[in-house]
Amino acid sequence: MTTTVGQRPAGAKPATIPARRRRSAWTVLRENVVWVVAALALVYLLLPNLVVVLFSFNKPNGRFNYTWQRFSLDAWLHPCAAPGMCESLSLSLKIGVVATVVATLLGTMIAFALARYRFHGRAGSNLLIFLPMATPEVVMGSSLLTLFVSMGIPLGRVTILIAHIMFCLSYVVVTVKARIAGLDPRLEQAAADLYANEWQTFRRITLPLVAPGIAAGALLAFSLSFDDYIVTNFNASNASITFPMYVWGAAARGTPVQINVIGTAMFVLAVLAVALGQLAGRRRSRAH
Amino acid sequence: MSSAAGLGGGPPAGSPAAAARPGRRFAGVPYFLLLPGLLWLGVFFVVPMLFLLSQSLQTGTLETGYRLTFHFATYTDALSQFSRQFLRSFEYAFLATLLALLIGYPLAYAIALKAGRWKPVLLVMVVAPFFTSFLLRTLAWQTILNSDGLVMRFFRGTHLISLTSALGWTNGNQLLSSPLAVVTGLTYNFLPFMVLPLFASLDRLDPRLLEAAGDLYATPLTAFRRVTLPMSMPGVVAGTLLTFIPAAGDFINSQLLGNPKTAMIGQVIEGYFLRINDYPTAAALSFALMVTILVLVSVYVRRSGTEELV
Repeated sequence: MTTTVGQRPAGAKPATIPARRRRSAWTVLRENVVWVVAALALVYLLLPNLVVVLFSFNKPNGRFNYTWQRFSLDAWLHPCAAPGMCESLSLSLKIGVVATVVATLLGTMIAFALARYRFHGRAGSNLLIFLPMATPEVVMGSSLLTLFVSMGIPLGRVTILIAHIMFCLSYVVVTVKARIAGLDPRLEQAAADLYANEWQTFRRITLPLVAPGIAAGALLAFSLSFDDYIVTNFNASNASITFPMYVWGAAARGTPVQINVIGTAMFVLAVLAVALGQLAGRRRSRAH
Repeated sequence: MSSAAGLGGGPPAGSPAAAARPGRRFAGVPYFLLLPGLLWLGVFFVVPMLFLLSQSLQTGTLETGYRLTFHFATYTDALSQFSRQFLRSFEYAFLATLLALLIGYPLAYAIALKAGRWKPVLLVMVVAPFFTSFLLRTLAWQTILNSDGLVMRFFRGTHLISLTSALGWTNGNQLLSSPLAVVTGLTYNFLPFMVLPLFASLDRLDPRLLEAAGDLYATPLTAFRRVTLPMSMPGVVAGTLLTFIPAAGDFINSQLLGNPKTAMIGQVIEGYFLRINDYPTAAALSFALMVTILVLVSVYVRRSGTEELV
């Protein structure tokens, strides 16, 4: 590098040192342009999270929590002071858990069928799994609404749950199927060689190996269900307000600081869970 | 049929592994495993689509009831009345997808090929936004872009705001309630859906291929154009689909960050179903959106030559 830098300014300008420094700074920037863009992209991705956390400590003057006034712990000390918010949160958690359990069970079964068997209607099944992921939420929500209204089914918790299981299912299938496809078939063969029957092989070898994929699918299902607004909004009633619906309403009526507290708490819990999971994984791989 | 159903999947039939597959002897096993889930999707995804189609061809009101009259004029009326919102949805979704690709590719590239032991940490940072409700994060953009914020001060200080207003991206002396804010929000909301598939395909790239390209006197740019980019095409296709489809149907960003002139078709569908209660018009718009997206997606997937998305 020094040779190329030395060649160009020779004779042109006596001040070679600043020229060299400027040029190398430019080279450094050019070599790291990927990192510069990546860093800016991460700022873009994480800035709103930072704002949510920061504004959970705000004490706004009016009904809206959009401009910084002064530091306060009020919302953290009284998280349920915002009327209706904790009820909506508990409804979202309940729906999230039930939807996750059902979608994970049904989705895992489908994933095993698709990954392990060849049968008539396999292509059609794959298409049926793919379509909900390629459909905008507004179409899924509105089509379910026309079904429920035509059949005279009252909207509420049950209809929300039906919808959530429906749109979570495909994501569980895709996640678990990828894990099954990545398994080493020799492990199951070894179990069979050691006289394990099919059920023993499945329970002692296959299932533990697929478990991380099932866990990932379940986590994905829970976060999709917990965070859904568009589909839910079409299939809910005034008596079944989920947390995202509460936040949406708040955006029009006035945003209590408490919604930021919930957002921050969920964020911290999830980051901790991921960090612990990675630590445990590292320890296990070190033990082996 | 029973013979085909009995073959073990995964490895090619007849390989030794196929013989060890559990459940091989029972032809009904895959159907038993599939039935509950597929039934759920059939009853609560496919059947509702048929109800939606039927609803769009009915006439009547919510109070007096609807009758199927095959009133196709609902489609022409609705689409001509809301053609601007319809086209705008696809325009904004296209812009958001393009921006997400331009921003997401370097990020995915850095994480997959340059991050080394920081890879897991950076991946967590990409999915971390999901840990907070997306409505809260979209509301946070109201704080970031509002007229007292740092971003607005920067735009005013550099007179960028006059430029964006002249281009029609913003209106007046503010960033919020503008097309620029809506596209910023859309790009932001779906960026992780772009980055993750891109990362997955770039992470599989064998670094020795790039070394080989270098040994054959390819410049880094040529190596990228001839090796990295083609190898990452499945990720590009998956990422653009995962960004474009939800963005085209989204109405959260245009509602919270836009103004009536940035309304997208999702907002119209939502309003006509839930507030105006004109079900046939809403159903026609919803069904037209679905069909348009399916046509666009199938043409795109076929042209890009990666049909192994499913």
